[in-house]
Amino acid sequence: MVYKERLNKRGFDEPRKIEAKTGVIKKADGSAYFRIGNTAAYAAVYGPRDLYPKFLQNPKEGILRCKYNMMPFSGRGERVRPGPSRRSREISLVTERALLPVLNLEDFPNAVVDVFIELPQTEAGSRCAGICAASMALADAGIPMKGMVSAVSVGRVDDKILVDLDYTEESYEGGPVADIPIAIVHETGQFSLLQMDGCITKDMLSKAFELGKKVCAKIYEAQKQAIKDRYKIGDDK
Amino acid sequence: MNKELRESILKSLKEGIRFDGRKLDEFRKIEVETGSINTAEGSAHVKIGNTEVLAGIKLQIEEPYPDTPDEGMMMVGMELLPLANPEFESGPPTEEAIEISRVIDRGIRESKCIDMKKLNVKKGEKSWAVMVDIAPINDAGNLLDAGSLAAILALKNTTMPEFDGEKIDYKKKTSKKLPLGKLPVSVTIAKIGDYFIVDPSSEEEEALDAKLTVASLDDGTLCAMQKAGYKPLSEDDIMKMIDMSLKAAKKLRVYHEKA
Repeated sequence: MVYKERLNKRGFDEPRKIEAKTGVIKKADGSAYFRIGNTAAYAAVYGPRDLYPKFLQNPKEGILRCKYNMMPFSGRGERVRPGPSRRSREISLVTERALLPVLNLEDFPNAVVDVFIELPQTEAGSRCAGICAASMALADAGIPMKGMVSAVSVGRVDDKILVDLDYTEESYEGGPVADIPIAIVHETGQFSLLQMDGCITKDMLSKAFELGKKVCAKIYEAQKQAIKDRYKIGDDK
Repeated sequence: MNKELRESILKSLKEGIRFDGRKLDEFRKIEVETGSINTAEGSAHVKIGNTEVLAGIKLQIEEPYPDTPDEGMMMVGMELLPLANPEFESGPPTEEAIEISRVIDRGIRESKCIDMKKLNVKKGEKSWAVMVDIAPINDAGNLLDAGSLAAILALKNTTMPEFDGEKIDYKKKTSKKLPLGKLPVSVTIAKIGDYFIVDPSSEEEEALDAKLTVASLDDGTLCAMQKAGYKPLSEDDIMKMIDMSLKAAKKLRVYHEKA
């Protein structure tokens, strides 16, 4: 069987519809909302603020702490039980690693920058949506940054190389599948997140990376625009 | 408690006006939207001023409780997400979170607005469990009333998924709604000094002496109450607060029809 056509006639190099907003949570020091297709993520940044317990403090520079969480009603099937799971803890960790390379926390010794990522609705690609939102929220909070991080999943379904897999593609059973979430630092082109589930050849992987870079550039534009929109003249936000 | 904050709030209340310019019985601007979360069986998005909450309903099949073998089940949970307020921390639910969840739960449960008997599938074996989860996005005060309104709107918005007697197919939604009757409205009245106000903001919550949450039906029946805050209330206070709550409930009830 050959994978011929994507849901809603989407092109193989085409991401789902993207929506990006910043400043959506008034209480936070910085915040953002990022939506790709049916997957939506809120991110709120608090800090730099004092870090407790004290033994976690680093006198050389501030630390970044990310928390990824799915809301109980955010999954298509059964209710997601509240509280951290093995999956959400791993995603929190790789999210931290994806974002840390662009941050400059030297000016904040002993402090913490907290990033809370909450997903009200998910349908594949939630860690990438979370990273996109978090990166915008950090910029919105005025944390010194060397660049912006954009993330998307790439991969293969059967013989096709594609970007931004949806749920039906992740769980496709007609042939081999690879799901590869990546995050790219726009300014340097380097990868700060790379994971893979599935199997793929080296040739296919580099083709997938090419598509991923193009889509990340597109996501970057949406992120940049959302941050700019926040400071439009005449806007009372 | 911040003494200066309390004094300036009291000073403006003396002139009949709130800290943010509202009248004493005035809500902040309310916006509601339902059905925006397609992974939930029902959902609502409620904004009261800058306070913003999401509520989502998940339905599952479980064994009924032994003391009510022919009824369904309901659970309400509001997690105080650290996303919504710098004071909230990750970890197991705090006492505050448990209280809010339980007060909202009681309002819904005691109003008997869900016909639990109709949620039973097979006596003693299978019943629908209605899981109401509320997630605050931004806490600018009065999460309880916002959460409670969101919960009711989400219940109203819920459609049952298909159940073949063995398994639920969450992808197939039927046109069947939850068996709902008369719906409750929860309104919290705060007392600061000698003044009573509805819909307290974060600043007012910090300065208040006591508050009373009253859940009521449209005929004025009271179905649940909870006093909070550390100062006591006189009987006269309580009666005034109930009256004020019933009056304010009429303003919130309008939103049941809008969504």
